[in-house]
Amino acid sequence: MSYRITGSTGEWEIVVGLEVHAQVVSEAKLFSGASAEYGGEPNTHVSLVDAGFPGMLPVLNQECVAQAVRTGLGLEAEINLFSRFDRKNYFYADLPTGYQISQFAHPIIGKGKVLVDLADGSTREIGVTRLHLEQDAGKSIHDQDPTRSFIDLNRAGVALMEIVSEPDIRSPEEAGAYLRKLRQILRYIGTCDGNMEEGSMRADVNVSVRKPGETDYRTRCEIKNVNSIRFVMMAIEVEAQRQIEVWEAGGTVDQETRLFDHVRSETRSLRSKEDAHDYRYFPDPDLLPLVIEQSWVDELKTALPELPEAKRARLEAEYGVSRYESSVLCVEQATADFYETVARGADARLAANWMLGDFFAALNRTGRSIEDSPVSAEGLRELLGLISNSTINGKIAKEVLEDMVETGDSASAIVERKGLRQVTDTGAIESAIRDILAANTDKVDEYKSGKDKLFGFFVGQTMKAMKGKGNPALVNETLKKLLSE
Amino acid sequence: MSGIHDFTLASARDALKARKISAVELTNAHIDAIERLDGQLNSFITRTPDRAREGAKAADAALAKGEGGNLCGIPLGIKDLFCTNGVRTTAASKILGNFVPPYESTVTANLLKDGAVFLGKLNLDEFAMGSANLTSAFGPVENPWKRKDSDAKLVPGGSSGGSAAAVAAGLVLGATGTDTGGSIRQPAAFTGIAGIKPTYGRCSRFGTIAFASSLDQAGPMARNLEDCAILLESMAGFDPRDSTSVDTPVPNYEASLKRGVKGLRVGIPREYYTKTGLSHDVALLWEKGMRWLQEAGATIFDVSLPHTEYALPSYYIAALAEASSNLARYDGVRFGERVSAPSLDGLYEASRAAGFGEEVKRRILIGTHVLSSGYYDAYYLRAQKVRTLIQQDFLKAFENVDVLLTPTAPSGAFAQDEKPTDPVQMYLNDVFTVPASMAGVPALSVPAGLDARGVPLGLQLIGKFFDEETLIAAGHAIEQAAAFHHRPTLHAGVSA
Amino acid sequence: MSLDAKTVTRIARLARIGLQPGEVETLGQDMGSIIDWVEQLKEVDVMGVDPMIGTGLAKPRLREDRVTDGDCRDKVLANAPEREGPFFTVPKVVE
Repeated sequence: MSYRITGSTGEWEIVVGLEVHAQVVSEAKLFSGASAEYGGEPNTHVSLVDAGFPGMLPVLNQECVAQAVRTGLGLEAEINLFSRFDRKNYFYADLPTGYQISQFAHPIIGKGKVLVDLADGSTREIGVTRLHLEQDAGKSIHDQDPTRSFIDLNRAGVALMEIVSEPDIRSPEEAGAYLRKLRQILRYIGTCDGNMEEGSMRADVNVSVRKPGETDYRTRCEIKNVNSIRFVMMAIEVEAQRQIEVWEAGGTVDQETRLFDHVRSETRSLRSKEDAHDYRYFPDPDLLPLVIEQSWVDELKTALPELPEAKRARLEAEYGVSRYESSVLCVEQATADFYETVARGADARLAANWMLGDFFAALNRTGRSIEDSPVSAEGLRELLGLISNSTINGKIAKEVLEDMVETGDSASAIVERKGLRQVTDTGAIESAIRDILAANTDKVDEYKSGKDKLFGFFVGQTMKAMKGKGNPALVNETLKKLLSE
Repeated sequence: MSGIHDFTLASARDALKARKISAVELTNAHIDAIERLDGQLNSFITRTPDRAREGAKAADAALAKGEGGNLCGIPLGIKDLFCTNGVRTTAASKILGNFVPPYESTVTANLLKDGAVFLGKLNLDEFAMGSANLTSAFGPVENPWKRKDSDAKLVPGGSSGGSAAAVAAGLVLGATGTDTGGSIRQPAAFTGIAGIKPTYGRCSRFGTIAFASSLDQAGPMARNLEDCAILLESMAGFDPRDSTSVDTPVPNYEASLKRGVKGLRVGIPREYYTKTGLSHDVALLWEKGMRWLQEAGATIFDVSLPHTEYALPSYYIAALAEASSNLARYDGVRFGERVSAPSLDGLYEASRAAGFGEEVKRRILIGTHVLSSGYYDAYYLRAQKVRTLIQQDFLKAFENVDVLLTPTAPSGAFAQDEKPTDPVQMYLNDVFTVPASMAGVPALSVPAGLDARGVPLGLQLIGKFFDEETLIAAGHAIEQAAAFHHRPTLHAGVSA
Repeated sequence: MSLDAKTVTRIARLARIGLQPGEVETLGQDMGSIIDWVEQLKEVDVMGVDPMIGTGLAKPRLREDRVTDGDCRDKVLANAPEREGPFFTVPKVVE
């Protein structure tokens, strides 16, 4: 089912390509030994190389190259053993040298792909055109002074990967799914933390529209620097709408750079006056071409962690979980790891059920992430073990989990402390049921005359009398027996 | 009796080690000479006598203990393109304002480590862009030489004109230079001294203000090749902070002086006769040079460097393209001259308009033009392809010969007011020196004689990659045969 | 051939060098004569020739990923012609 926008002249298709800037996880910057860590006091994560001092020279950071290669492998992309750094020349306050070092003509990574899952259960392949390494710029702060902007160069020179997709995206949903999947892959490999709030992932969105059936692309506009998946999806929608209106009014769309204003839900032209950019790219003479060995690429490949697609397939095969469960469990590697720790030595399907249900609910409620979960995987496994061996029932287990979250005590300790051990003594259960039935003779009569629904009432009353500790299966069985007497 | 100003760097080093003279005496004598002569020569932009005296004292203390590096107590001048920790560095440009680097270039750090004493920062063409030292924001440098028939002020060559003049006049025992297309060799020739442009990658570029990164190379300038060899050994070496620095051991250059040239194959590139417009005096000297080498046991071969005539235009494209980008960092924001303006672009345009001199602006604009959209392939890319051909010419020639012998410049030093008005005519000064720069091979200039008007002329030797030793050996043979002992009119050893 | 005023102005704008009206013409002439002179490179047959990138002497070298620099704000700011606290400043940039 294709995504279409209906205009006054009929239906339109949208064509979207994304350029994602992903900050590389590394200790130091791409070409200097200054810290690449986010934050820090202004202008402290800055070396004289980053600040473009006279005579300062760049030296390439090996780990940043390795991270790009790992990412390329994760995108099943061509790894270019020869690549090169070019200078992109332009003046801006937060670009100290007057040029950005980037890989324009010869990127380190070539064509690759990302498989995205859509809500209707289908999967689409989005092509990746290229991935290259480049430097981030510093930060201009505009709101501290009425007439001046302040410059902080902490980000200047941090390594970025620019990941360019083919114009394969056909709906805002696909754009969102692509970004989520890309972020998932980057996080799995550990090459980018994908934190959009801190700006470690940003997207430039190329949008054009055309009539279904047209084979050529119409003019596109580039929406710069969109910093959340939701905004990317919104920006595509409003920009496509704008372009359709332009075409339908008999106009033409100009190729230009635009800015997305999420407050007013519109895009605005960013084209600055007479100043058409001319970046004058040329090979950076301070750096040699980057030549890497296939054997090194192979080493990196061997050391690569299991990627989301593979992990999901394995969880389904190994633990018998559903496709839905496996995809939720695999969103974050930490979640999948947590799950596997729980599932090894517990009922794996019960484990998936609990993770997706009460456990996630508990995390949400406490505002904690899987990494600092108040309950460890081993703790959860113990709890599930108590259910499986009939020490407690499922309902009591929920109560125990609450307690675990609150106190940090182990499941068995809580069960002992609170005396929650399930009653499996048929004599005790029968006696409790007989008391309930004796106190509710009217209901018993109603039940016997056909009001089946009252069965639940008797279960509830029994469990209540037994403080929830009755073995549910035994309670059911005994009730049925006594009610039919 | 020979005085303190007759020392060469080598003989001063030996006298210091033998404690025949103290570093403080030697340094003070040079500081005095600077005070006496540099008002006229203008070879220094910044003088650092106090630092120099402190350095000399420390050197004497080390020497007294029998310690100290190979340059311990030797007073040197530093081209003001090398960043020096705590000492203003200008590149002879207004745009750097009162820039005081909080770091030391690798080359000068190496010299300091060996005990050298810095007398100050030497004048140059602004950002090393020029061949006559007329573009400095701190005024032109005067060549200490005079024509025998006139009192006209001669240029010292460029861009290392201050270094050349200071060495020639005996204000320093040696100096650092940088050579992008001839900036060590041509001024050395114009002032009757020796200078070496090493193989690209031999000396670190870290901390040296860039003109054209793929061509810039630091090197020594001194009275003779022995002194240059001593300096080069200290300046050279691998530096992990420069990605283009080459990790290969530094040989004992001084030892190569004694090698001789027996059996050496010397190539004479025929295109340097026909395509360069050299003067009669220079042609005669060149012939002499060939004879000297032959007499010392070398064999002369005719060789061809077919792309010679294209070296200069492709050099200007490559160098200016790189310069236009390298000089973008001078924007009035983090250091240097700033002219206030209400907008950011206004600030850039005003600061750069006020800070850069005419020649630098012209070169930035040409460099910007040849990289701009629609011109890149026709100019920059083509020039880099021609550069490949030029390098191949040299590699091919070196299959059959060990060194090439050529003049250093088409003529001797010209007068300040004879400067050609057409920039292209000015660029032609570098016609002999630029090809080696483009190929990255080492080259040197030695003083070999005087022209008809009594100004010095130099001969250039070009060698194989990292074979500075053979160059020095051949250069020394010329030195011995030429027996160039002339002194300029203005010299520290001549009393007023 | 002299470069026209429009071209000179556009290049100067790209290079962020403010020009006085009088300078444009002289620069156009100078630049034009240099450009004419380099045009001779068109005579060279460069078919199949790779452009030179560096001299091919140094071996590719990569730095270890360790923090070895930075944390030197005083040095970074010491030469700033204008600053405000820990920042460089520029005229306000409107986006």
